[in-house]
Amino acid sequence: MQIKILRSKTNTYQLYSLPAGEIPLLNALSYIKETQDATLTFSAGCRASVCGTCAVRVNGREELSCAYKVKPGDIIEPLQYHPVLRDLKVDKHKSQETLSKSTAWLHSFQEATPNHSDEKLSEVQTDCILCDACYSACPVYAVNPDFLGPFALTRAYRYSVDKRESNVKTIIDNIQHDGVWDCTLCGECTAVCPKGIDPKMDITMLRGLSVQEGYSDPSFMTQSFGTPNFGFDPNAGF
Amino acid sequence: MIDVLIIGSGGAGLTAALSAKESGASVLVAGKTYPTNSQTSMAQGGINAALANVGEDHISSHISDTIKSAHGLCDEDMVRKMCADAPQTIEWLENLGVPFSRLDNNKKGKDTIAQRQMGGASAKRACYAQDYTGLKILHTLYDTCLKENIDFLDEHYLLNLIVKDDTVRGATFFNIRTGEVIQINAKSVVMATGGYGSLYHGHTTNAYGSTGDGVAAVLRAGGAVSDMEFIQFHPTALKHSSILISESARGEGGYLVNEAGERFVDELKPRDEVARAIFAQLEEGQRVFLDVRHLGEEKLMELLPQEVELCKMHEHVDPAKELIPIKPVAHYTMGGIDVDYALEVNGIKGCFAVGECSNAKVHGANRLGGNSLLEIIAFGRFTGENAYKHAVYASNKEADNTQKAQDKAQIEDIYAQENTSNFYPYRELLGNLFYEKVGIVRENKQLHESLKEVIEMQMTQKSMGISDKSKTNNQNLIDFLEFRNALLLAPTIISAAIARDESRGAHFKVGFEEENEAFKKHIVLQWKKNNEE
Repeated sequence: MQIKILRSKTNTYQLYSLPAGEIPLLNALSYIKETQDATLTFSAGCRASVCGTCAVRVNGREELSCAYKVKPGDIIEPLQYHPVLRDLKVDKHKSQETLSKSTAWLHSFQEATPNHSDEKLSEVQTDCILCDACYSACPVYAVNPDFLGPFALTRAYRYSVDKRESNVKTIIDNIQHDGVWDCTLCGECTAVCPKGIDPKMDITMLRGLSVQEGYSDPSFMTQSFGTPNFGFDPNAGF
Repeated sequence: MIDVLIIGSGGAGLTAALSAKESGASVLVAGKTYPTNSQTSMAQGGINAALANVGEDHISSHISDTIKSAHGLCDEDMVRKMCADAPQTIEWLENLGVPFSRLDNNKKGKDTIAQRQMGGASAKRACYAQDYTGLKILHTLYDTCLKENIDFLDEHYLLNLIVKDDTVRGATFFNIRTGEVIQINAKSVVMATGGYGSLYHGHTTNAYGSTGDGVAAVLRAGGAVSDMEFIQFHPTALKHSSILISESARGEGGYLVNEAGERFVDELKPRDEVARAIFAQLEEGQRVFLDVRHLGEEKLMELLPQEVELCKMHEHVDPAKELIPIKPVAHYTMGGIDVDYALEVNGIKGCFAVGECSNAKVHGANRLGGNSLLEIIAFGRFTGENAYKHAVYASNKEADNTQKAQDKAQIEDIYAQENTSNFYPYRELLGNLFYEKVGIVRENKQLHESLKEVIEMQMTQKSMGISDKSKTNNQNLIDFLEFRNALLLAPTIISAAIARDESRGAHFKVGFEEENEAFKKHIVLQWKKNNEE
């Protein structure tokens, strides 16, 4: 079985051969590094889909290397919208700055009476492993590199629905600019999340919370309605 | 100069950082990866505290369970401190926003946290967040560190501690991105560098990076290590991938069965006993399985969603319908850097150690499930405070660059070294050797053989090197440095195992199957300094 991996030094795809049989991509990458080409560079950690280290793109789709089973002809590339440090290894500093910008943490603790259904409000959101797959899949980054992005907004949402948070407004205030309204709701993030998180839904929910706090869609405000150009007067009777 | 330098950015390191900063220290956290990549993310089952949210429990029961499981090798004062601090530790996590699983009991705060049964516990004591407890604690700690503006230095690989007059003055690091050797001066240093379970390469639940870098650095710097022979084998890892299936699977009612479908051990005994019972079955040629089918799909998805996913992905088994093939593999290192009551390293003043890298003598010969997350948080906070206190009176004088110059020269030597034998196969060889001969059941003949093989491997290491000569982002070099640390620690484990002619907790030796009062002590190892012999 052969796979192609994008090498950063030459910016070309290099062909590697693997023995036949089922193998997780991470094991395949290790096999190549250990036996064929020690210069091939990638990030690896827990092997069990929980440390968030090993996300790459396979045939244009984000996958955790440790969870993806290699198929003949697969094309392996680094995550998008991240500076490539070497081969499949990327710099996650800029992407993870979105966590600080969106102030996705518990701002002001209050004692609460959380129950089982409260746990469910953020159970899936808190499965996030910061693998950056969603960030890489998000098309907004092609036009706005400062977008807060799916994982930071999901995390902001997770704290905003936490009964222990007495200052939800600050979180909502901090996700307006380059935040919830910049999302196109395309759902690419949801499609690639290895933990089954749905950032698109979380962003939609955050928009609802934003409206409750008095915010509205800025793009909506710049549209115009009821001008004569529309060809009819909405106030006119029929 | 920084007050407190924290090395390692897992749960112990982040907790120590928050606590040192809260005490008033300036703090820097340096780690070889990003903060949330650490081993803490893999802790699944829970964190122990006698909250009695689900049935009766007492701190005294937590203490006695822990002491019993430690088989006489713990320091009872340290156990008492950890267990007594447990409820307020959970409260602290609750106040940071950790998303624990909850009960419907109309109570407040930590009294609503769900608790489950773990092996060796006399009550439902492990607070959990589904089977993602470590992950969710770690990420909440990270969020809090961002909130508190903790400074991080990611992708910095620890080379050596800088020690002068038996006092730590900082540490040297290899910047993985740029390839530079740097020196960080600090008044106090906290080692939070994790265990050495990855010595058992290929036979461990641990991430690749658990190579005992900090333990090795302390040895090189003249500090003491202890109880190195005590390595916990987790009874249930997936047979083909060594991926962990949490003890909570048994805590929630899962069975262990052999090929004949017979149960052969009380599944809720401590890990050492269960692992040996499984090993005995495997030695008889039996295959062993975890059976959770009777729990039903709905309960499995509620309580153990991660396990279900991992079984499907890596073993092609649906736990709701099929048996899960398992084997015991190396999971946790009880031994490590020898510390005193303040978690200060014996032999190096101002240097502290916390978490799996340290031997705070709370786990003794066998750790209880749910006590390691407790240790990293309870003692992480304590260590942060102690490191700050030391920093208050520590010298402000910066260390010279002797250590840095030495380390730089050594890295240059590695680049210049002709690589005549590839070290990667040796890494695998070392893992196999340890699993077979320094494993669940040991015997002196095999231990002596393994020591000989390890020493031969250390000789061969001189002809090993790196074939990737890139200055920047050289993972080949990091893998090699990690392998060297593992190889440096290997003889300490084997020689302590040879010396311990008895069976106690996780250390079981053929021919010496009973506990021997004469060995109710810690085996402490420390390198003599060249000029002091």
